[in-house]
Amino acid sequence: MNKNSGIQNTADPLSLGGQIFNSRLITGTGKFSSRSLIAPMLEASGSEMITVALRRVDAGAEKKNILSYIPENTTLLPNTSGARTAEEAVRIAHIAKAAGCGDFIKIEVITEMKYLMPDNYETLKATQILSREGFKVLPYIMPDLTIAHKLQDAGAAAVMPLGSPIGSNRGIKMEEIIRIIIEGIDLPVIVDAGIGRPSQAAHAMELGADAVLVNTAIATSSDPVQAGRAFAMAVAAGRMAFCAGMAGEKCQASASSPLTGFLRESA
Amino acid sequence: MEIQLNGSIVSISACNMDTLVHEQGLDPRSVVVEYNNKVIPQREWEKTILCQGDVVELLSFVGGG
Repeated sequence: MNKNSGIQNTADPLSLGGQIFNSRLITGTGKFSSRSLIAPMLEASGSEMITVALRRVDAGAEKKNILSYIPENTTLLPNTSGARTAEEAVRIAHIAKAAGCGDFIKIEVITEMKYLMPDNYETLKATQILSREGFKVLPYIMPDLTIAHKLQDAGAAAVMPLGSPIGSNRGIKMEEIIRIIIEGIDLPVIVDAGIGRPSQAAHAMELGADAVLVNTAIATSSDPVQAGRAFAMAVAAGRMAFCAGMAGEKCQASASSPLTGFLRESA
Repeated sequence: MEIQLNGSIVSISACNMDTLVHEQGLDPRSVVVEYNNKVIPQREWEKTILCQGDVVELLSFVGGG
């Protein structure tokens, strides 16, 4: 049996920015206790895309570049974390591309530091500029249908609404708005941030999300390799359930067995 | 000569980018150099001559989500 059977599905691939992905789990490189866990986590989860960030070098920091811990067949998704304005996000995107990270860019512009809410206005401006330049732009947004439409018009490759605040592990608190975005736009919807458990990842996928991005929950678990696998299985299960078309909820009981009495004709 | 290095004005003796990166004790393979708002690939570091008032950012990819 292929090691990725069940967690990658070649029959139901995700097309993102013209590239095909068989895994609908995007992972991140932040917060790992040991960076050498990143490669086995990717292997165990089947995740084909991973985020990285860009910062000034710190004299005391580990000398080896994070990129050297990521297998070459993994698609890099540099983020613009640290950007406070569209201009800074554009600058980070240019640097990441020039440094060989490819065309994908996750726009993350944050000025509110308690809940780390994304600045949708600056994010839209950065998306307009970078899409025009040919980047495959994945904007991280506060869930909102109007901004999702504007991002679509601007040429975004997907939208990434948050489930709940970054690193909060609180799950899909924005469920109703995410559902509306999934219904309302023609772009892939990737739920990013706040997914703390595999069941919450499955929840997002059951709603019809095209993919999820999970970093903190995997990286800060006691066993990131096993956690990566668990998230991958949940993502695959949630996706399969969405495609299967789950039956709706009812207020009253609806018998699964015949309602007639055992040896009687009537109920 | 003084340049702006990662946001601070510093006095340096290095005359080109390659020497500067090495003087900072950095692994060249892990550093992204932005020189006056333009990224300079490693093969061009040696011929990038530093001048008074240049703005240099030495960057690196780090973990992030």
